Amino acid sequence: MTVPATDTTPVLATRAETLVLIPAYCEENNILRVIGNIRREVPEVDILVIDDGSSDRTRDLAISAGVHVVSHPINMGYGTALQTGFKFALQHGYEQVVQIDGDGQHDPAYIPRLIERMRTGSLDVVLGSRFLDVESYRVPLARRVGQVLFGMIASRVLGRSISDPTTGYQALTRRAVALYASDLFPVDYPDADVIILAHLAGLKIDEVGVKMFPNAENKSMHSGFAPFYYVFKMCLSIAVTLLRERPRVAA
Amino acid sequence: MSWQVKLVALAIAAVLLGIVFELVRTRRLREEYSVLWFLTGITIVLMTVFFEVLVWLTRLLGSVYPSSIFFFFALVFLMAISLHYAIRVSRLTSQLKNLAQKVALLEHATRDRVLDEASTR
Repeated sequence: MTVPATDTTPVLATRAETLVLIPAYCEENNILRVIGNIRREVPEVDILVIDDGSSDRTRDLAISAGVHVVSHPINMGYGTALQTGFKFALQHGYEQVVQIDGDGQHDPAYIPRLIERMRTGSLDVVLGSRFLDVESYRVPLARRVGQVLFGMIASRVLGRSISDPTTGYQALTRRAVALYASDLFPVDYPDADVIILAHLAGLKIDEVGVKMFPNAENKSMHSGFAPFYYVFKMCLSIAVTLLRERPRVAA
Repeated sequence: MSWQVKLVALAIAAVLLGIVFELVRTRRLREEYSVLWFLTGITIVLMTVFFEVLVWLTRLLGSVYPSSIFFFFALVFLMAISLHYAIRVSRLTSQLKNLAQKVALLEHATRDRVLDEASTR
C-alpha cells in the first residue's frame, strides 16, 4: 500500500513550520497550563488542541487561549485524536510535528531537543524517552513490564535499542505524519506497533531523553486500559504489521 | 421425524420469514442484512421437508442423532453470522472514525473562515 503524501492542499496560510499537537480529553484543569508552558518554551510554533469529544470546558478554554482547536463530535480515543492532528498537519502543510500529552505529563522544555535531534540526524521520528539521561518519574510495575516486553520486540525488529515504546512525546517529519495519517495507523492504541510500522516504511527513528512528570490526577488516557487486552492487541498488531506488505511512503 | 415436529418447525420458519420480510418492508432492516436471515428460514424449511438429507448427512458424519447434527450446523451458522457482524462493525467503526475526523477538521476550517471575515470587515 502506498501512502499518498501529496494530499496537502493548504486550506489556510501556514504561520509556522512546526505544529505542536495536544490530544486532550476532559483536561479543563490542565489544558491552559500546558498551552502556556509550550508558548513559554517554544513561542515560534503553532499549537493544535485536539479535543476528543470532552464533556467539560476543554474546548472552550483552548479556543479562548487562541490556539487551533479541532473537536471530535464524539469521544473517539487517544489514537484517533492523534491521527486527526496528523491529518490537520498534512492539510495545512506543516514541515514537522511534535505530539505532547494534554495532561501536563510531558515537560515542553524538551521540544527543542526533539526537533534539534531530528534536524541534525535527518531523522523522521524522534521518540521522547523517560528512561535515558533525564531523570523522570518511576512507572508502575505492570506498565513497565509491557514497556520492557514490547520495547524488546521493537528493538529486535529495528536492530537498535528502543527504551520507551509507549511514549506519547514524539517529533515527526512530514513523511512520518503522512504515514500516520493513513489507514495503516493503528488508532485503537498506537504504541510499539507504530514504531515498527515506521521502521518498515523506511523512516529513520531515534530517541532522546525527556522529562516526564507523574500524572497528578492519575487520569492518563492509558490507565484503566485492560492490561490483558493491551498485551494481546500489541502482540497481534505487531504480528500483522510485520506480515503485511511493506508500507511505502511518498517522499 | 413426526408430523407434529415438522409442523412446529415449519411454523417457526414461516414466522421468521414473515418477521424478516415485514422488517424489510417497514425499513427497519436493510436488504443487505436480511439475506442471512432469509437463508436461515429457508434452511429450516428445507431441513424439514427433505428430512432424509439430514439423516443421510448424519450417517455420513458417523453421528447417531440427526438432531445433534442439526444443532451442530445451526451453531456453525450462528458463528458465521456473528463473524459477519463483527466485520461489519469493524468497517463501520473505521468509517465513523474518518467521519468524526473530517467533521472536526471542517468545523475548524469554518470557524477560521468566519473569524477571518469578521476581522476584515
